[in-house]
Amino acid sequence: MSKEKLIDVNDLATYFHTEEGTVKAVDGVSFEIYPGETLGIVGESGCGKSVTSLSIMRLIESPPGKIENGEILFNGKDLTKLNQKQMRKIRGNDISMIFQEPMTSLNPVYTVGDQIMEAILIHKDVSKKEARQEAIDMLTKVGIPLPEQRVDEYPHQLSGGMRQRVMIAMSLSCDPQLLIADEPTTALDVTIQAQILELMNSLKRQFGMAIMMITHDLGVIAEVSDRVAVMYAGKVVEYADVKDLYGDPKHPYTWGLMYSIPHIEKDLERLEAIPGNVPNPLNFPEGCKFNTRCQFATDKCRVDEPELEEVEEGHYSACWHVDKLEEQKAKQGRG
Amino acid sequence: MAEDEKLLEIKNLKKYFPVKEGVFRRTVAHVKAVDDITFHIKKGETLGLVGESGCGKSTAGRTILRLLEATAGEIWFEGKNLVDLDKKELREMRKEMQIIFQDPYASLNPRMTVADIVGEPIDIHNLASSKKERNEKVADILDTVGLGPEYMKRYPHEFSGGQRQRIGVARALAVDPSLIIADEPVSALDVSIQAQVINLMQDLQKDFDLTYLFIAHDLSVVKHISDRVAVMYLGKLVEVADKKELFDDPKHPYTQSLLSAIPVADPTYETERIILEGDVPSPVDPPSGCRFHPRCPYAMDICSEVEPEFKDYGDEHFAACHLLEDE
Amino acid sequence: MEWQEVVIRLFKNKISLIGLILIIFFGVIAIGAPWIAPPSDPSEPYMVPRAGWGFEPQPPSSEHIFGTAEGQYDIFYGIIWGTRTAFRIGFIIVGISSFIGILVGTLAGYYGGWFDEVVMRITDIFMAIPFLIAAIVMTTILGQGLRNVMIALITFGWMNSARLMRSQVLSIKEEEFVIAADALGAGDFRIIFKHVILNTIFPLVIEASMRMGSMVITASTLSFLGIGAPEGYADWGQMISFARNWILGGEGNAIKYWFTVVIPGGAITLFCLSWNLIGDAFRDILDPKLQ
Repeated sequence: MSKEKLIDVNDLATYFHTEEGTVKAVDGVSFEIYPGETLGIVGESGCGKSVTSLSIMRLIESPPGKIENGEILFNGKDLTKLNQKQMRKIRGNDISMIFQEPMTSLNPVYTVGDQIMEAILIHKDVSKKEARQEAIDMLTKVGIPLPEQRVDEYPHQLSGGMRQRVMIAMSLSCDPQLLIADEPTTALDVTIQAQILELMNSLKRQFGMAIMMITHDLGVIAEVSDRVAVMYAGKVVEYADVKDLYGDPKHPYTWGLMYSIPHIEKDLERLEAIPGNVPNPLNFPEGCKFNTRCQFATDKCRVDEPELEEVEEGHYSACWHVDKLEEQKAKQGRG
Repeated sequence: MAEDEKLLEIKNLKKYFPVKEGVFRRTVAHVKAVDDITFHIKKGETLGLVGESGCGKSTAGRTILRLLEATAGEIWFEGKNLVDLDKKELREMRKEMQIIFQDPYASLNPRMTVADIVGEPIDIHNLASSKKERNEKVADILDTVGLGPEYMKRYPHEFSGGQRQRIGVARALAVDPSLIIADEPVSALDVSIQAQVINLMQDLQKDFDLTYLFIAHDLSVVKHISDRVAVMYLGKLVEVADKKELFDDPKHPYTQSLLSAIPVADPTYETERIILEGDVPSPVDPPSGCRFHPRCPYAMDICSEVEPEFKDYGDEHFAACHLLEDE
Repeated sequence: MEWQEVVIRLFKNKISLIGLILIIFFGVIAIGAPWIAPPSDPSEPYMVPRAGWGFEPQPPSSEHIFGTAEGQYDIFYGIIWGTRTAFRIGFIIVGISSFIGILVGTLAGYYGGWFDEVVMRITDIFMAIPFLIAAIVMTTILGQGLRNVMIALITFGWMNSARLMRSQVLSIKEEEFVIAADALGAGDFRIIFKHVILNTIFPLVIEASMRMGSMVITASTLSFLGIGAPEGYADWGQMISFARNWILGGEGNAIKYWFTVVIPGGAITLFCLSWNLIGDAFRDILDPKLQ
């Protein structure tokens, strides 16, 4: 792709220095997002996906957290080098974020209108009256019925799905170039999740912003992403176009995940569980972090950590034994 | 095992929670969490009970076990109506039916060792004659769920979520029950761990002739593990059918939209999505007539006035919808 | 968190370490009282010996290292044996009132319903009565004496624990592990002891250690007012009450009789402080929000 990168994360490392030891939550993560595309970041608890997004927003609490290494180039500017004041101009304006639990991200003592207006007034030079009108417009755009009435309501008067719509309205009110969505539908019911995902897709077309979608749900990722980064234990282990990733996974972890989840569209006699436990961030294994649970692991995997390498065009995997995985796939007659 | 033998039969079960207000704690309204549901579970099968949060599926599970007292209705289990049992008879009956919880952190007492947690049912029902026999039994049960005896002296916080859920399963197994109600047993677990627990539950079902009521909101999981599926909406059952029937030919519009709303983990898979409008209404003051009518894409005049009957539309495919009655 | 871990953290925390050292110091004094200040009449060790019948307190001397109080009571002896009194008052009042509070709160919270309503309204009535006045009136009715002071303070001192315990039980009884025990067929007794109380007791421990100090102060207040310990009994409150006429000092010297106030006052303050320090440290250690 020859397009200009919107955000370019290079070798990012964010550690937490706690009493019990150093947690290498994010340890050498690289990816890029182009304007208008959706990058899905998928992984299990403790894999570092949320810390990655908080690092981009520079919202890592310090201490104990610290960005130890790497750069985050946003339109060519390194966000890790900015001070908090410069960062505040970018947050909410150029990059905004929505979270899993919309109730805790909204202030219960202000009306939703006040909160959206606040975001507008901070970043735009408009009068209060104009800001209110903009807030109402935003509520209309995110599909909230009776926006003139809803604008004066408090968060607790809204349902979970409505609150998430308000959060989206707030985050889009300043026309950001990048929207980071951290498990935005995990707390919602499946029919409401469908509403929100559809809303996000249509807003993306309308506003043309890029989305970084963080979730543990392989279904959600497949629905919304253009490209996907799979994270495991603080690393990106596979990185590819969404169709390539799901059609032909090149990392044993991704491959294992695909067969360990029940699929609504096809029947499986038995799930193929990945053995073992999700590693504790305080105590990640040596070498390839997946070696303790991988059926292809050899001595090399236990000592040397593989780097992300291009195994097919635009398809990256961090594994020493992609060939063994391919053999296994051929043997089982599935991709 | 006789085919079609009913292990559990629920008739017109209701569970209302009073809403109290004021100084005198007067009951001003009721949350109709479970409102007149009727279904049965056959011996050896898995019945999946699905629905969105607040639909009453967990309350139904707990009311069946009499962890909550039913407001009305009958719960027939092995020829006895559980609602009529006194405290002592109920305690005895607890050996036959067990529960597995969603949250592997909250469901284990943090101040007890694994041996005491799994051994507790053995102590309660005097299933071992000596301390040694008890500990052997505990080690045995732990072994069946895939945990070694070296874990017996440890406390719950030393385990991962998946291991804790295994301990919860072991505790339920310790009394050798015939029915296990699993209340969202995998939804709090990491994706790669869910499969381990699902597989374990399937293996145990075969080895111990277990019958499951599997409560979940995740339709893919329910589809995988269940033989039959029941769908709940706002305290009511809207559809009950054989799994294949239900997923291939959903009759109720709610089931149809629920199925179409599931995100599919395959980017090449195309579906026609029915996006429901609005939110689930409050169970304190549910809509009149069919409870789904305000969100139903096919709602007719009758839907807001008359409650549709829950009836068999052939081959034990139950549903409650006026659209079907016209056919 | 396990008990061992709590103890380790108590020792690691500087503030609680100071509290612990102070309490151990007082404990050593209480245990060693017969050796530190040998009683002249072993059958009545709590009666403070008098060095005569003079009215005016005498300053510290080699014979009476803390001086003597009004009526020539030996302050040193009173402080040493008064430590025992302080511990006894604290442990008995806090122990029994906490026990009552835990019992009432547990039953009300666990069983709920009308029982809870009735019990908690009774608790409200008790709380509506001003604590100190109630204690004074009750002691006056029962008659002077430390035992009656303790009865009065227990009678009006259990409500906070009851309320705290009830709210703890209310939240813990909804926990899944309690429901699981119910589902296993466990009886109420087993559920309450093995599952509910063991998981609710820590906040009660914090509250109790905070109350240790305040109960000793209240008991001292009653002694100061003359309705506590009988005259001459080794009790810090009484030691201060002996100072009542001498607080303003003598002519031309405002701090002439400082030892009558400062020494027993200091003992009470340090004793209270040590329990509060430990209570605070407990709270920091056990508060899950701070971890």
